[in-house]
Amino acid sequence: MENTIKENILTLKDVCISYTPGQNAVNMVTADIQKGLITSIMGPSGCGKSTLLRAINRMHELYPGITITGDIKLNNKDILKMNAIEVRRMAGMVFQRPNPFPTLSIYDNVIAGYTLNGIKKTKDEKDEIVENSLKNVALWDEVKDVLQKKGTFLSGGQQQRLCIARALALKPDILLMDEPTSALDPIATNRIEELLVELKKEVTIVIVTHNMSQAARISDYSMFMYLGDLIEYDTTKKMFTNPQDKRTEEYLTGKFG
Amino acid sequence: MSDKAFKTLLWFAASIILIITGGMLYSLTSGAIPAFKQFGFFEFLSSSEWNPTEGSEKYGALAFIIGTIITSILGILFCLPFSLPVALFIGEYFKGKKIASLLGTIVDLLAGIPSIVYGLWGFYALRPIIMSLGLSPQGFGILTASPVLGIMIIPYAASLSAEFIRMVPNDLKEGAYSMGATRAEVIQHIILPISGSGIFSSYILALGRALGETMAVTMLIGNANGIPNSIFDTGNTMASIIANQFGEAYGLKLSSLIAVGLLLFLITAIINFIGKLIIKRNNL
Repeated sequence: MENTIKENILTLKDVCISYTPGQNAVNMVTADIQKGLITSIMGPSGCGKSTLLRAINRMHELYPGITITGDIKLNNKDILKMNAIEVRRMAGMVFQRPNPFPTLSIYDNVIAGYTLNGIKKTKDEKDEIVENSLKNVALWDEVKDVLQKKGTFLSGGQQQRLCIARALALKPDILLMDEPTSALDPIATNRIEELLVELKKEVTIVIVTHNMSQAARISDYSMFMYLGDLIEYDTTKKMFTNPQDKRTEEYLTGKFG
Repeated sequence: MSDKAFKTLLWFAASIILIITGGMLYSLTSGAIPAFKQFGFFEFLSSSEWNPTEGSEKYGALAFIIGTIITSILGILFCLPFSLPVALFIGEYFKGKKIASLLGTIVDLLAGIPSIVYGLWGFYALRPIIMSLGLSPQGFGILTASPVLGIMIIPYAASLSAEFIRMVPNDLKEGAYSMGATRAEVIQHIILPISGSGIFSSYILALGRALGETMAVTMLIGNANGIPNSIFDTGNTMASIIANQFGEAYGLKLSSLIAVGLLLFLITAIINFIGKLIIKRNNL
């Protein structure tokens, strides 16, 4: 890892996010996130980690009264000045609770990004996208004979992999994951983690997690946030073996959080 | 008050409702029996004759059943383009905002306006328009009654539909937005398909209201006793024939009107049952 040339895909500069004026839920966060790696964001509940993640694909705009200041650049483009819809196609998102669309089949769930955006594809192109996306998440062999069944028939872990496939189908530059295994059992969690390590060849991953051992297992870089501040950001290895800030150390050793 | 006494009181109050409903059904049935006996149940349903001439009296409900169905379904069609957007406005677009609750309150107020006021509005506002368009010489008829009926059922259809639209889980909407969908695309591809059966059931329940709506319809439909030839024609619904003729009816005619009432009671009950069944089955 140390030998590869660093290429930043996402740069955050002085990012502040507030739900109520004068009160920053995320406070002056500055960080560069490298391409082709997994970066985890850790911290206790309410530290602003999900809030920060959701700013990257401009999900906050769906709700009134949330202000974002600072610079967020994805692939050198200022996403706060771009069209939100373009930003969201570049930055895929996977949520806490698996959320396949209940009225759609497995097949249609994978292709949903295209249907929703009104992008026309031929049957062959769609078949290819569905097969590749499901293979990417190691779900193809399990579901290839039941593609027309509803996505909600699958188990929780399978549903979450389906949601990852759905996000990947749009070929995003970055995949944002908001505690994607918190609703899953340990075996399903394990499979998702293995999958993510495989996937970083294809896509940069930023994962919010409250599970420290998960961050340690899969991420290359880790951020630790506390009360809206980015306390520490370093290679995962360094953060877990030699944290620089006392608060990071206390969190990692289970003194709070 | 002891627990036991309280429980007995509740039992008593609850059973009163059952007794009243049961009593209603009983008196309707017993009142209708002479008509059914005279004409036969299926003959009564399938005949459109309404002949009160003494000696050759003959009554059948078909014209009114058809009148009711046409008026109500047209009413639903008039209601749909207003109530569905209103439901989306309240349940999705401006969900949780002041303007949505304001609109919701106004829509609910519509439900509180007495039927006769709607009738007057139809009579003085809508009827002249129908006449000036040359759709009907007197301005009375199904086409005059059904838009008024449509407006009257907006609150029932809209507030229940809005509830189903509101219930669509947020994470599904966010999932769609996160892939770059626009609001309109989320509504079209996610919200409407998911809340579809609920919305459908709200229209079924609204249809139940429309079937029995009496006063406004009676004032506007023209009160003709035959099967209407077209939607421009005059007619009668099951409720309006009863309202019109109940006053001076006796004997076989009275029994026939009660029989129409019994049929209306049963149809409305079945429609409501179907609506509630769909809601139950598709609980989100």
